[in-house]
Amino acid sequence: MSVLPQETTVSANSSTATAETRAAKLMKRRSRIRFYEFIVWIAAIAAYFLLPSKMLILTEIAILALFAVSLDLVLGFAGIVSLGHTAFFGLGAYVAGLLALHFIAEPVTGLIVAGIVSGLLGLLTSFLILRGSDLTRLMTTLGIGLMMAEVANQMAWLTGGADGLSGFSPGPILGLFEFDLFGKVGYLYCVVVLFIGTMIMRRIAFSPFGLSLKAIKGNAMRSAMIAVPGRKRIVIAYTIAAVFAGMAGALLTQTTAFVSPDVLAFHRSADVLLVLVIGGTGYLYGGIFGAILFTLVKDWLSVITPQYWMFYIGLLLVILVLIGRDRLSRWVEYLPERLSKKEDR
Amino acid sequence: MLTILFDGIAYGMLLFILACGLTVTLGLMNFINLAHGAFAMAGGYVTVVMMNRYGISFYWCLPAAFIVSALIGLLLERTLYQWLYQAPHLDQVLFSIGIVFMAIAATDYFMGGQQQLINLPPELSGRMDVFGVGVGRYRLFTIIVCAALALALQLILSKTRFGSRLRAAVDDRRVAMGLGINVPLVFALTFAFGSGLAGLGGAMGAEILGLDPNFPLKFMIYFLIVVSVGGTSTVSGPFLAALLLGIADVAGKYYVPAIGPFVIYALMIVMLIVRPNGLFSRGGR
Repeated sequence: MSVLPQETTVSANSSTATAETRAAKLMKRRSRIRFYEFIVWIAAIAAYFLLPSKMLILTEIAILALFAVSLDLVLGFAGIVSLGHTAFFGLGAYVAGLLALHFIAEPVTGLIVAGIVSGLLGLLTSFLILRGSDLTRLMTTLGIGLMMAEVANQMAWLTGGADGLSGFSPGPILGLFEFDLFGKVGYLYCVVVLFIGTMIMRRIAFSPFGLSLKAIKGNAMRSAMIAVPGRKRIVIAYTIAAVFAGMAGALLTQTTAFVSPDVLAFHRSADVLLVLVIGGTGYLYGGIFGAILFTLVKDWLSVITPQYWMFYIGLLLVILVLIGRDRLSRWVEYLPERLSKKEDR
Repeated sequence: MLTILFDGIAYGMLLFILACGLTVTLGLMNFINLAHGAFAMAGGYVTVVMMNRYGISFYWCLPAAFIVSALIGLLLERTLYQWLYQAPHLDQVLFSIGIVFMAIAATDYFMGGQQQLINLPPELSGRMDVFGVGVGRYRLFTIIVCAALALALQLILSKTRFGSRLRAAVDDRRVAMGLGINVPLVFALTFAFGSGLAGLGGAMGAEILGLDPNFPLKFMIYFLIVVSVGGTSTVSGPFLAALLLGIADVAGKYYVPAIGPFVIYALMIVMLIVRPNGLFSRGGR
């Protein structure tokens, strides 16, 4: 799915010099901040004031959104179908929990350490996904996810096994802001991290680097022919995505003061894929839109059928695929693109 | 030691029967069907219901499990799966995960979340001594049935007209259609047959593997390992892979229980790195 169909219709009759400026302009145009992005962040802030009783679910949305946005970097840009993205989420969650339990309770440190550790795992495992077909990647990522779940389950002395990790409470953020009972600080903290994370990934995704990722996704062989170092790019993208997935996990730990083995469960990998499918892939904000919709639907379903909501999530997946998930996220293209009418052609 | 080997073989044989349907859909039709375990689960539950609620003999339950699962497979193939053969892999993955979720929740709703037990007929339970090796009767039965099925499959695929049609359809769908082979029909029948086999495997495996609503997720990775390690061009490849996996799993869980599950995943990842196209692939695919 391309958000900007115009960019493919560059006429070829310009000289090299103008072609270069045109390319620069196109890049700029591609990366320009869009109208809906303002709306998203304004809504996130407004929610803080308008819905003070819904802080917990809003926090959940923000965390899931960061997780989904990080997956979009892998799936929507690099085109790697991952069934084990929750390995990084879970690792980040556990690292943050252990850090708070044994060393320092300061959340931002925990966040950064969790990101680094998850990133290292991402770097190590990224070499495994370079080879083979979609299926091989699928299985490798799935295998890594299951292995991590098994590790957490077996190393009960460290992770608390099936009981999870508890008994720690995150300290004040940067030593200044204490977490309060209603989750207000927690929500703001998550939104700030989500904002920074999304902006960094946005910068990466809409740079020439991100464009080259899309080229690899489109056709790995052709992109190699125009000298895109495919393997290196995928390794980098995968590692960055792992960092942010780990941070999302850390956020969950810090806002709930609890780590359950559920953070590594397979259904989380499936959930985050569903989030991206609902929101659309390849433009990062899909993760945020999807997270909002998904969490609301899940919340609503688990009120109606506490035990069997999984059925409806499954049904939703099947229906989405059958009607075509591309059609679903195309509405983004109809949104007004810019704020001012500046000349850009 | 030999008993472990024997149990491993029985386990591997079961995995083969469970997974060989997937070999065809995944390997040959290039459809990533993560919901394969759901068909196996259907077979298992058919057996449980027939035996425990209606008291029907175990031997009648096996063919019934095959037929019911095959019918479900046929129905789903005709109504849903066939639209997605050409879809991107992501769609197929999402779709089949959706099916898995629905199957799990529906089973939970109708049958409850507990482990299901079946009572084997007396002549199949217990152990006996064969040359000093303790051999579970049921495992022996499993090995015999599965070996016979594997042989039959190999013969069907290589010797019959249907087998050659299937191979032709898989090699080149367009040319096969041009030759007047009804490819959708061949695929539908194959899919149904594979689902039926999975159902049979689920019915036979209820005793060894256990049966609860999470079955499709728990064993998904095993099926995928069998297929990806074994490659898809032959019946013997997945067969050997399944045996290997079964023995490694049983031995791993017996000797190093603390890290038992890692043995499998590590084996798979190593295998995928060394031979991304499967252990016995014919190369160039």
